Amino acid sequence: MRRLSWFNVTSLTLGFAFLYLPMLILVIYSFNASKLVTVWAGFSTRWYGELIQNEAFLGAAWVTLKVALMSSTLATLLGTMAAYVLVRGGRFLGRTLFSGMIYAPLVMPEVITGLSLLLLFIGIGLDRGVLTIVLAHTTFSMCYVSVVVSSRLVSFDRSLEEAALDLGCSAWDAFRLVTLPIIAPAVIAGWLLAFTLSLDDLVIASFTAGPSATTLPIKIFSAVRLGVSPEINALSTIMIAIVATGVITASLISKRASLRAQKEAQAAERASG
Amino acid sequence: MLMRRALLIAVPYLWLLLLFLVPFLIVFKISLSDIALAIPPYTPTFKDGIAELISQLDFENFVFLASDDLYWKAYLSSLQIAALSTFMTLLVGYPIAYGMARAPEEWRPTLMMLVILPFWTSFLIRVYAWMGILSSEGLLNQFLMWLGLIGEPLTILNTNVAVYIGIVYTYLPFMILPIYAALDRMDESLIEAAEDLGCSRTQAFWLVTVPLSRNGIIAGCFLVFIPALGEFVIPSLLGGSGTLMIGKVLWEEFFNNRDWPVASAVAVILLLILIVPIVLFQRNQQKQAEAEA
Repeated sequence: MRRLSWFNVTSLTLGFAFLYLPMLILVIYSFNASKLVTVWAGFSTRWYGELIQNEAFLGAAWVTLKVALMSSTLATLLGTMAAYVLVRGGRFLGRTLFSGMIYAPLVMPEVITGLSLLLLFIGIGLDRGVLTIVLAHTTFSMCYVSVVVSSRLVSFDRSLEEAALDLGCSAWDAFRLVTLPIIAPAVIAGWLLAFTLSLDDLVIASFTAGPSATTLPIKIFSAVRLGVSPEINALSTIMIAIVATGVITASLISKRASLRAQKEAQAAERASG
Repeated sequence: MLMRRALLIAVPYLWLLLLFLVPFLIVFKISLSDIALAIPPYTPTFKDGIAELISQLDFENFVFLASDDLYWKAYLSSLQIAALSTFMTLLVGYPIAYGMARAPEEWRPTLMMLVILPFWTSFLIRVYAWMGILSSEGLLNQFLMWLGLIGEPLTILNTNVAVYIGIVYTYLPFMILPIYAALDRMDESLIEAAEDLGCSRTQAFWLVTVPLSRNGIIAGCFLVFIPALGEFVIPSLLGGSGTLMIGKVLWEEFFNNRDWPVASAVAVILLLILIVPIVLFQRNQQKQAEAEA
């Protein structure tokens, strides 16, 4: 029997307080009327108003969103392909190099990835802008996607695919009708991961962005280097709210789906028994 | 059919070759070249590049790194900061993971989500949140003064202490999750057996629980240590001018001094330092996978 001791309760309480208090304080102070971020001067939504009128931030937010949508979609496509090749591809020339290139970006310091991509773009004479950030983000996030998708591919029953092939499906139809629906949750999770990685990235974007394209993290970084600002608090609050809503919704949906699957399995058992 | 398979392999393969491997070779090459050649406008074609590479191999930048003790100090202090903060993350993370593993079954998915949620929020924002808390007129100092523990504000922001706090805070989920996974898999009856055989609670914890969660501890430590070593955002926002970390040095060498060959040489050495922990980590993961199979 597991019992929570007072020690367990204390460490959980303190631990979660440590994880959440800083963000909570940030959110509270975004509603502070004072320009001085450490002195509370009453509730106000003034900084949200100023944020909405700040065109530089809005422009950067738009660039960031565009980059994240394009790179996460491309990364999901390439990452799923890579996962399929790794798990089902069998032997081919340079397989070790391939799997090395999938895992290496996961542990590579961002400064190195950023520097090397920038030197490549300059070497081939590609102008830095939205395109170069998309290429850079796709490259590192496809590796995360492929790790997520391949763990799902490894765990699922391969005989389902073989059955589809035996029953006359072409390889593509078997993938589309059998494999893809089964790995879909992992593909979606991979896309979401790629999307947030792209939204968050400061270092690689700083190296690969040109003067024509500034992303939100670059903008935030240059603003907060000078110190804490209430406008950034407001912006952070909005971003935290979006992420929290997204993650909680996603987990509720997947919980519901697994409950439904459980019920269906029970029903099937009853029907067969 | 064969065509399709070839295409399936070729597309991601070529992508990674072009955008991951080739850029590294370029970094390597530039780290061996002179500043005049590498600074913009620097646009050699690949054909010229290869010819140049052979004719101008030059270890000057590495000699420069070795002779200027700024770089030695930066590498050593990055190693020290990363190692110490990994240890602190373990001290903070283990009790949380342990508490999660002992919590009632129906709480655990929620607790898991609460650990993962900060990981989805922007890294930059989580680091930024501490700037307001740690500054001399920040909430932490206000709180400590209100308690009467200190008479005047402490300087925490822009010191290494702030960097440690930042690393522990942002990388904590990476430590908690693998340890929790290891503890969750553990067979509870082993502890009961130890207690039946005369171990005290504490003894059972140190003799049974900790050794059985060893793989989780090792994985968590690598997951914190490896990214902390090349960290840039935390030392540049929370650290001071005295905080030497190699990620920050590389950034400044590149963006402020515009010395591309030296920045590349710094990157090459950072990579060489990282290879050891990465290979060890990979081996640990493989051993674990084999043990489970």
